[in-house]
Amino acid sequence: MTIFYILMIFIVIASLIAVETTDLLSAVICIGAMGFGVSLIFLFLRAPDIAITQIVVEVLGLIILIRATISRDLTFISGDKEFFGTVVSVAIIFVIFLAGLRVFETLPEFGTAIFTEAPNAASQTYISQGLDKTGAANLVTSVILDYRAYDTLGEATVLFTSIIGATVLLRRKTKNTPETLQPVSES
Amino acid sequence: MLYALCFLLFMIGLYCAVVKKNMVKIVVGILIMEYAVNLFLIMLGYRQGGVAPIIDKSHLESQAALNNFVSSSVDPLPQALVLTAIVISLGSLALMISICIRTYEKYGTFDITEIRRLRG
Repeated sequence: MTIFYILMIFIVIASLIAVETTDLLSAVICIGAMGFGVSLIFLFLRAPDIAITQIVVEVLGLIILIRATISRDLTFISGDKEFFGTVVSVAIIFVIFLAGLRVFETLPEFGTAIFTEAPNAASQTYISQGLDKTGAANLVTSVILDYRAYDTLGEATVLFTSIIGATVLLRRKTKNTPETLQPVSES
Repeated sequence: MLYALCFLLFMIGLYCAVVKKNMVKIVVGILIMEYAVNLFLIMLGYRQGGVAPIIDKSHLESQAALNNFVSSSVDPLPQALVLTAIVISLGSLALMISICIRTYEKYGTFDITEIRRLRG
């Protein structure tokens, strides 16, 4: 139980540094520290599949983020801040935080799974009959690839759409731009 | 209390995405919010002293062992859905960063107020 608090406070401190530092590369490295901390928490929360996925995604995301910030002339943030706008935003966010804290009073204590509170929860069926129905020893696999396979198909669609968007944005050569509308001789 | 820390993390990310003027900082704020939400969903399914939702050979030896597993396994459903969300966050991160890179190539800055000023 204590380990969760230690890791959680570590993540909060790393996020504060990532938000407040003026060097973009430091912010990106703090994001990396946060990601590995989150992965450790997943491991202690008995979710090894997610911990592995989080590490892989974290490394790839760090590469992408460092690609964006390194070799830029301007990696330091400069310029004056708007004091009034910042104060108003912080006040609104603080009020939302205080109001949102009341929601957690309705949740069961940490350590009590919420699906045990609900009668006939879907998760209970997955745990008790997952092996017989699907034959997968890992119940997360049986949920992803059997019970909710359409969800995974949609995930793959979203992933490919975003990758297509990134490829289109980063593509160098463009055909038929207004500058090259006049007939060009084929080389 | 841990839930409240998760919510605090979400609010830090929201503050970063709303207040900061640097495009990479906005992306960082969105990433922090994603971490907070993933962490909260996994925490909802945790049981004190639970085991990972993977059926071992030792669980299949007797009916009592299997019943013990059923009553102590953590929730597999949020784990499966968060797995999906983590992979999608990588795709959206690539999309956001490519937008940032193209904007930097066109305007030479990450500052969103500078970009607005240059557009007139």
